[in-house]
Amino acid sequence: MKDKTKLKQAAKKTAKYLMLGFAGLFMLLPFFWMLSTSVKPAGDVFTSFANPIKAMVPREVQLRNYGQVYDATAAMGGGFARWYLNSILVAVVVTLGQVMTSACAAYAFARLKFPGRDKLFLSYLGTMMIPGAVTMIPNFILMRKISDWLATAAPVVNWDASRVISLFGHTYEVGRLVGQDSYFALVVPVMFSAYGTFMLRQFFMSIPRDLEEAATIDGCGLFRIFTTIILPLSKPALATLTIFTFMGNWQSFYWPLIMLTQDSMKTLPLGLLSFMGLYSTQWTLLMAGSMMMIMPMVGVFVLGQKWFVSGIQLGALKG
Amino acid sequence: MARTKRGQSALAGYLFLLPNLLGFLAFTLVPVLASLGLSFFEWDLFTPPKFVGLHNFAALMRDHEFWYYAYNTVFLMLAIPVNILGSLLLAMVMNQKLRGIVVFRTIYFLPSIVAGVGTYLLWRWIYNPDYGLINTIIVNWFPRWLNDSIRNLGVEWPPRWLTSITWAKPALMFMSFWTVVGGYNMILYLAALQGVSPELYEAAEIDGANKWQKFWAITWPMVSPTTFFIFTMSIIGGLQGGFEQAFVMTRGGPAGATTTISYYIYNHAFAWNHMGYAAAMAWVLFAVVFGVTVVNWRLGGRIVHY
Repeated sequence: MKDKTKLKQAAKKTAKYLMLGFAGLFMLLPFFWMLSTSVKPAGDVFTSFANPIKAMVPREVQLRNYGQVYDATAAMGGGFARWYLNSILVAVVVTLGQVMTSACAAYAFARLKFPGRDKLFLSYLGTMMIPGAVTMIPNFILMRKISDWLATAAPVVNWDASRVISLFGHTYEVGRLVGQDSYFALVVPVMFSAYGTFMLRQFFMSIPRDLEEAATIDGCGLFRIFTTIILPLSKPALATLTIFTFMGNWQSFYWPLIMLTQDSMKTLPLGLLSFMGLYSTQWTLLMAGSMMMIMPMVGVFVLGQKWFVSGIQLGALKG
Repeated sequence: MARTKRGQSALAGYLFLLPNLLGFLAFTLVPVLASLGLSFFEWDLFTPPKFVGLHNFAALMRDHEFWYYAYNTVFLMLAIPVNILGSLLLAMVMNQKLRGIVVFRTIYFLPSIVAGVGTYLLWRWIYNPDYGLINTIIVNWFPRWLNDSIRNLGVEWPPRWLTSITWAKPALMFMSFWTVVGGYNMILYLAALQGVSPELYEAAEIDGANKWQKFWAITWPMVSPTTFFIFTMSIIGGLQGGFEQAFVMTRGGPAGATTTISYYIYNHAFAWNHMGYAAAMAWVLFAVVFGVTVVNWRLGGRIVHY
């Protein structure tokens, strides 16, 4: 009798693991297909069609495709190496900017009293529902026209010229100062986030005020309170926001797409897109390129995954 | 004394807010108003803007392409209920005291984390009609009688997927299922399920309820606030979505079958320089999103059990 219930439990457990495993297979199979294509000799993808197992498991594993992706794109304004650099630069600067400005603004909204505060906060909230396309159009026009406007308003430098710098005997294109094809356009318009402000404000509100009151009695100024009490206590929320913002910017597509025309200024998603345009049937190379695009994200995700889970639940509090 | 302190706090408040507020004004609030103004003009960026009143909006209502793309957008959103149910199901299987559950959670979450140009390119390869993974499996592993009888129904089989007017939209929907089913929504459901008291289930078991009854009487109502939140957010996202994947995978084709409203806005604004028309369309989209959200909240109050 006892054995029977035990057996039943074991069967139940096995069934659950089978379901979990099946779902896991469904998620991983496309990635495995990507990996296996990326290590195949170029011709194999067209000959293995007759047998799914052969299509899935490479006949021989070789990493040549990855090197070839670098070589093939090198003439495209520096190629993958440069696109990595651009992506890292843009994602890091935008993330730092967003987290810092959001934290300051969130502190003001959560703790300080000033006229118009609640109305301002409401207008922040209100804009979160507005489709990106609404603001994208005027921002695009601004970036398209800004160098013309600056040229008439402040003709101190050549605002329109594409710059080149020399480093260690190489020259590198670094785009314009402002407007399309500039780091300014990639970074500055996206550096301010209503969502980040909202999320951190909610978190700051949940911190008990006792500590701050004690610090005020000890003669601490508001800035000291912000940096020595509020920020250290908000590490989980700050970490979550940092990771989310970084990942979001690493994948950012729409804004860079309309801002960039020069290959040397492209971020990874845009670079991969133009690579795709040139090598549209060379699937081994395309999959190697895709692998190179997503691997850093997989790394960041695996390292920071506990912040993801807590962060999603934090974000959902607004529901 | 008290007054100067309040004055100081107000000054500090503005100072803390300033960096963010400047950016917010310059790149969000002013552009929102600017695009509303723009929607009453015709402007190609090269010749001076021309005031046309409500002409853009009237033209939009008569624009057959717009309505076709609106239909596409709604069609793609039919995946939303399936995706949500999938997430709930997955969360229910996950909500067990089993060893190794974190590993599964990580695997399920992966597609939604890396979703972007890289995975769109991957799915373009998977859907390749001649050498892709799916058709390789259909041709070699599906029994011949099955393939034949599907073909006999008059269905295009094996599908040409992204290059077929019939199959392009279902292909994108299936990809979206893979992308989102184990992502944010599943984590939200998992948290909601963990909040349901086990006593409820115990009481139901004493009353002799079966699994199905327990689901409908306990689980479904208890997670309904989460369902409502996910549903609302998915609708908002769905109405504005579909640009990036279509741009990478199909260029909106074949014959416009995967062009959504957001893609059409992109074309008018950034491919054809119709700034005014695009701005009008963006504002109509905003109005629809706003309206749907308000209706959702009104209805939600009645359906959801808190």
